[in-house]
Amino acid sequence: MLDDKDRIFTNLYGFQDWGLKGAQARGDWDDTAALMARGQDAIIEEIKASGLRGRGGAGFPTGMKWGFMPKEPTPGRPNFLVINADESEPGSCKDREIIRHDPHKLIEGALIAGFAMRARAAYIYIRGEFIREAETLFAAVQQAYDAGLLGKNAAKSGYDFDLFVHRGAGAYICGEETAMLESLEGKKGMPRLKPPFPAGAGLYGCPTTVNNVESIAVVPTILRRGASWFKSFGREKNEGTKLFQISGHVNRPCVVEDAMSVPFRELIERHAGGIRGGWDNLLAVIPGGSSVPLVPAAQIIDAPMDFDGLRDLQSGLGTAAVIVMDKSTDVVKAIARISYFYKHESCGQCTPCREGTGWMWRVMERLVEGNAALEEIDLLWDVTKQVEGHTICALGDAAAWPIQGLIRHFRPELERRIRDKQAPTLEAAE
Amino acid sequence: MADILPNSIPDLDEVRARWGSFAWTAENQAQARVVVGRYPPGRQHSAIIPLLDMAQRQVGAETGTQGWLPIPVIEFVAKYLDMPYIRAYEVATFYTMFNLRPVGRFHVQVCGTTPCMLRGSDDVLAACYAKGMKKGQTTGDGLFTLSEVECLGACANAPMVQINDDNYEDLTFDTTTALLDALARGEAPKPGPQGVDRRTSDPEGGVTTLPEMVEENYDYRGRWGAKEEQA
Repeated sequence: MLDDKDRIFTNLYGFQDWGLKGAQARGDWDDTAALMARGQDAIIEEIKASGLRGRGGAGFPTGMKWGFMPKEPTPGRPNFLVINADESEPGSCKDREIIRHDPHKLIEGALIAGFAMRARAAYIYIRGEFIREAETLFAAVQQAYDAGLLGKNAAKSGYDFDLFVHRGAGAYICGEETAMLESLEGKKGMPRLKPPFPAGAGLYGCPTTVNNVESIAVVPTILRRGASWFKSFGREKNEGTKLFQISGHVNRPCVVEDAMSVPFRELIERHAGGIRGGWDNLLAVIPGGSSVPLVPAAQIIDAPMDFDGLRDLQSGLGTAAVIVMDKSTDVVKAIARISYFYKHESCGQCTPCREGTGWMWRVMERLVEGNAALEEIDLLWDVTKQVEGHTICALGDAAAWPIQGLIRHFRPELERRIRDKQAPTLEAAE
Repeated sequence: MADILPNSIPDLDEVRARWGSFAWTAENQAQARVVVGRYPPGRQHSAIIPLLDMAQRQVGAETGTQGWLPIPVIEFVAKYLDMPYIRAYEVATFYTMFNLRPVGRFHVQVCGTTPCMLRGSDDVLAACYAKGMKKGQTTGDGLFTLSEVECLGACANAPMVQINDDNYEDLTFDTTTALLDALARGEAPKPGPQGVDRRTSDPEGGVTTLPEMVEENYDYRGRWGAKEEQA
C-alpha cells in the first residue's frame, strides 16, 4: 500500500485550509523559482522520465505532449496551456477534490508546466456545474496573484505568467480537447477535425497543450521528489500515484490516492470497505468511467488497476473512476442509462454519433424489457461498430464501448430477457 | 403544491415588454469588464458563457428565481460583446445550464446517471415527486423546478442533487424530503453529505489514509527522505 508520506494530495478531503497559507504549510509553493531554474527542457525531461501518463483518460505521456510545443513561439502566436477541469465523465470526481481542497497544487503546477512549454498564459476550463469549486479556484488564483506567485516575475522566477479561470455552462463534450478550445473561444463545444493538432493550431489558432487537472497538479511534487520517486510506484509504463474514485455498490464509496497498478481487490477492501454483500455478490465493474467497457467480477478481482492491466481485459483505466455493480444491479438498465447519457451529450456534429447514440439508446431500452428479437443483439453490435471510429471525436467510441462490453460479457442475460418476453406469446400462439 | 405552472417559453411580445430594456446593474457592468479582460484583445467573444451566466443570474435576482435568458437579454449580451445574435443564441441553446424558460426559486437538479442510479437516484426523484414536482416543470407556488440532469461529478457521494449553487450528497428518500422541507421553510441546509458520517468524499466512518490531516494541517515532508536520497 502507498505510504501516507508518498501521497501527493494530502488535503484531498478538505479537512484543512485550502488557501495559500495552508497549502504552503504542506509544502506547496516551496521555492518554486528553484524548480523553474532547472530550465524548460530539463523540466520536460524530468516529467518524461517520471513516466507520468495523462490522467484525463487517454494516458498519453505528459512530458512527450509538452515536447510538441514550439520551443520558440513566433511573435503574435504565443503558446497556451489549457487545463481541462471539465470533469464530466460519469464516475469521475477527482478533479473536483483537487480544485476545492488542494487548488494551489494545480496553480503551482500550471505555472511550472506553462513555463516548461513556453506558454505565457493558461486557462483552466472548469465545468459549469462546479459552481462552488470554481469560486474556490477563482479565490485561490487571486491569492497567488496577491502573493506575487502569478503575473509578472511569477514566484520570483523571472518569468511572466498569467492564469485565468473560465467556467463552462454544462456540456460533457467540452471535455474533448478541441471542443474545449471552441468553447473557450465563445462557440458551441463542437470538436475540431485533427490535424491540425492543438500543439500546432489550438486556442485562437495558437500552439496549445490541453492537460488534465491531475496531470498538472502532480508536476510540482514530481519535480521536488524526483522522477525516480514517482516511477517507483506501479508497473512499468504505468507508473505513479493515482486518484481513484470508487462509486456504486461498495460499502464506503470514496476518492482516494493510491499507487498505480494496485489490485482491484486491495483497492476496494482497503479504502471502500469491500463490496456490498461480500465479494461473492460482485457482478461487474466499470473501471475507468462510463466510456470504458465493463469487466465481469471474475476477471477484475485480481487485476492490476492501471492502463495496461485493464486494456488487457478489453477495458481501460480511463480516469480511474471505478463504478462497482453488485448482483442486485439490472446491468442492462445500468448500461442503457449510460447510452442515454451519450445520446444526451452528443454534440450533433457527426451523423454516426448524432443518429447512432439515439438509435443505440432506443434499442438498449427495449433490451432492458427483452422487447426485441434475438437478431437485434447482433444488429446492435454491428451498429456500435459503425459508430466507433467514424466520428470526429471519441464520443462515438465512448457511446459504443459500454454496449460492446455488455454484449461481450452479458449476452446470455440479454437473450434470456428476450426469450422470457417471447415465451407467453409463443405459448399463446400454440 | 400540486399545481404545475405552464412549461412553455413566454410570449415574445410580453417578454420584450418586460425585458426589452435589460441592462447590467452597476456591479455587473464592472464585473463584465473584468471578465472580458481575461481574454486577449479582440477575443471578447470568449466571454459569452460567463456573461450569459451573469445575465441569467441578474434576471434571477430581479425575479426572485434562479433566472433564465429571455431573448432580449441574449440580444443585449451579444451586442455587448459585438457578436452576432445567432452566435450568442447558439451558445445559449447548446449549454444545458442556460434556462430558456423561467424556473422557480429552487432549481432542483437530480443527477440520474448510472453512478447515482446505482445508489438510489430513483429514491431522490421519488421524494421530489412526492412534493408535487414534475420533471421539467415548476410547482404552482413557483418554489421548485425539477430537472433530471446528467452526471454532476460527485459520484463518490452519490446520489446527489444540485439545488441552485450547492450540492447535497449521499441522499436517501428521507434526507431528500427533509432537505426540500427545509428549503420550503426558508432555511439554508448545509451543503455536502447529508446524514452520513463523513466530511466530503472520504470513506464513511473514518479515513483510511492521511489520518493526521483530520486533526491538523500535517506536513508530510518530514517523512520524506530515504528513497529520494537513493535516487
